Formats: sequence, C-alpha cells, structure tokens
Amino acid sequence: MSYLQKSPWLIHYDASGCNGCDIEVLACLTPVYDVERFGILNIGNPKQADIFVVTGPVNEQSKAVIERIYNQMPSPKIVVAVGACACSGGIFRECYNVSGGVDKVIPVDVFVPGCAARPQSIIDGIITGLEVLDEKYKQLKDERKRRKVERANG
Amino acid sequence: MKTVLTIVLFIVAAPLAGGLMAGLDRKAGAWMQSRVGPPLLQPFYDVAKLFSKQNIAVHKSQKYYVLCFLVFVILSGALFVAGQDLLLVIFALTLADVFLILGAYSVRSPYSYVGAERELVQMMAYEPMVIITAIGMYMVTKSFSVADIAAFEQNLFVKLPGIFIGLLFVLTGKLRKSPFDLSMSHHAHQEIVGGVLTEFSGAELAMVKIAYWYQNVFLLGLVCLFFASAFWLGVGAVMLTFFLEVFIDNNSARLTWQFTLASSWIAAAVLGMGNLVVLIFI
Ligand code: SF4
Repeated sequence: MSYLQKSPWLIHYDASGCNGCDIEVLACLTPVYDVERFGILNIGNPKQADIFVVTGPVNEQSKAVIERIYNQMPSPKIVVAVGACACSGGIFRECYNVSGGVDKVIPVDVFVPGCAARPQSIIDGIITGLEVLDEKYKQLKDERKRRKVERANG
Repeated sequence: MKTVLTIVLFIVAAPLAGGLMAGLDRKAGAWMQSRVGPPLLQPFYDVAKLFSKQNIAVHKSQKYYVLCFLVFVILSGALFVAGQDLLLVIFALTLADVFLILGAYSVRSPYSYVGAERELVQMMAYEPMVIITAIGMYMVTKSFSVADIAAFEQNLFVKLPGIFIGLLFVLTGKLRKSPFDLSMSHHAHQEIVGGVLTEFSGAELAMVKIAYWYQNVFLLGLVCLFFASAFWLGVGAVMLTFFLEVFIDNNSARLTWQFTLASSWIAAAVLGMGNLVVLIFI
C-alpha cells in the first residue's frame, strides 16, 4: 500500500445540475461525516489533487473546464463521478445543452449513484477509488522503471 | 565536536518534531471544531505521498528556488542551535523566504503572483519586530550570540515582556496562521486561492512543507530563548504559545493586508520600541 491511500487530496467541481450532489459533497466535510479522518482534504487546487470529484452533468460550458482541471492534475489521479447526473446525465440528460455523464469527456474510475448521492455513499465511492489510485501508482512506477531501462539501453 | 553533533541532531530531529507539531495542530483544530480529525502522523503521510506524484513543475528554476528555500531554512536553524549570531540567523531566514517568493514569481500565474506580493507585505509586517527582538536581547545580555544569550543567568522575559508579547503577535503571521495568513491558504477555496503555494505541487510542495517544519521548530526555539535560564519554563512557554496560535487560528478569519501591516507595525512600535526605551532608562 502506498501513501497515496493515506492522504488522498481531492478537487471538487460542480459541472451543473441542481447542486444537490454539490451540497452533499460539502456535507462530507462537516463534523458529522468528517472525511479528514481518512486524511482526505478538499484541497481545491488541481495541481495538488489526487482525486477529481465531479457532480452534475456535462454541459457545453463545463466541458472545457472539466478537461482543463483533469489535464492539470499530476498522475496518478482518479475521477469519481458523484450522483445520477454525473454518471449518465440523470434527469437532465435530454436537455439540448447537456452531453451526458462525465465519462463523455474524461475517463471515470468510480461511479457513485444516487439523486442526490448520500454522504455515506460519496465517502464509500472515494474509499473504493483509493484502490484504483494505488493500482495506477503501481502502473506509473512500472512505466518509470521501463523507461529508465530503455534509456540505459540507449 | 559538540556543535557538530547539535547541528546533526537538529537536522534529523527538527523535521520529526515539526511534522508531529503539524499533526497536533490539525488534530487540535479538529477537536476545536468537534471533529475527529486526521491521524497524528498525517503530515508525514502527506509529504510521503507528495514525493510519489508526477513532476509537473512549469519551470526548472522553480525547483531550485524551492531547494534554496529549504537549504536556507535549515541553515538558519542550524546556525541558531550552533549558538551563532542571532542577526545572521534572522537574515538567513529572510533570505530563505526571498527564495520562496522568487519561486512563486517564476511561474506565470496570477494566483502565484498575488501570493508572492502578499508574502512580501507579510515580511514587511513581521520583520521589524523580529529585528527589535534581537536588539532587545542584545541590550540585556550585551551579545548577539545565541550561545551567550542562552547562557545568560537571568530570564530575558523579565526584562523584555513587551518584546515577548510583540513577538507573539507577529509570530501568528510567521507561522502562517489566521488572522495574519496573508499569503497562503491551506485549502485553495478562498479569495487568494492557494497564494504562494498555488503553483507548487508534488515533490516541490513536499519540500516547502518540510521547510516549514524546520522553520516552526526554529521559531518556537526563539520563544524558548526568552526563558533560557529555566528550561522547563521555556518548554511550558513554547507549548502554551503553540496552543494559543492554534486556538487563534481556529477562531479568526483572515484580515486585510493593510490591517495586518498597520497592527504589526504598531505592535512593534509600542511593545517593541517601548520596551527598548524602558531598557535604556533602567
Ligand atoms: S444527481 Fe440529482 S441531486 Fe445530484 S445534481 Fe443531479 S439532479 Fe441534483
């Protein structure tokens, strides 16, 4: 197990929707749920984040923002889509400006269902995501090793 | 030989103590907000994690600035524990801060720039009081050397109460705590985003964090110096100072830079200079 699992920092972006899930994500930070118990911080800075938590469906305006935040995050990184909207577009999926769930724009690792997703399930989703994060870290390490060997071999 | 040992001990033990203090800080903060809070060793986990992240520094120069920041913070701490000149220690620490600011300026990011500018204001705010502290210690002990000051037979606090309180006042800014945390936020959700730290990530951010651990240990050492003749009193004062800072941090919001600058200078003028004037006449 790497230290990534012990100190996941997340960045949260509300892509649109009704803001219900948005508020539930913030509820996780309150004394009742207190995600800092797991070392989770809502760091708010993509360059320092490990987990990208997206709520709400992707629309024309939020598309570019989601892509930019994702690209600014250093690997290993994972994406957690929170709520029915972020998973599939939810109740907004047929709107003319909505292209669907977050997976239409960036690769998503964990889907948390619910409308709104409850804080318990959001925390559960993030903790599940930590396994994926660790897996990605291992891949990154192997990749680095392979490149080193390649460089050594010219 | 003894000095070398002390320096080695400082270089090894200070980050451990500083990291534990940071953990205690977060734990105590969580208690004050009736939360459970992270494990005590959380800051160490954070730093270990940051070292395993991908390197996405925009400029290579940023890395060197951060390295210089860390090296000069360690240097100032090492000079302090080696009992060298107090003024030299203070200037080395200032130089370290300058490197952090250069690091923030080396990236073209508005948030980083805002943070760097505010960091400069912050330095302007606390620097006079820190210098006055050194002068006050000199006036009492007739020496700038930390070793001589520490060996002085009387408690400095007795003669320098004003300067001590003034130093506590600016220490809040130096420890990057509310209400004087002008230049950075621990979580980037506020008006200045991450401040100076916005553009630091991965290993660089980890080095900045370690540098702050060193610096905090050194600053509390400075507090301890006021009570050098009675060791346990000094330890008590350090602990009290630390919890006072955490308490203030959790109970206040950031003030404007104008207010911070004005109040720090007023504190330096009234408490610091006042104390010096009294010293001249007694
Ligand atoms: S999933 Fe439901 S609660 Fe969440 S943003 Fe969409 S509509 Fe709102």
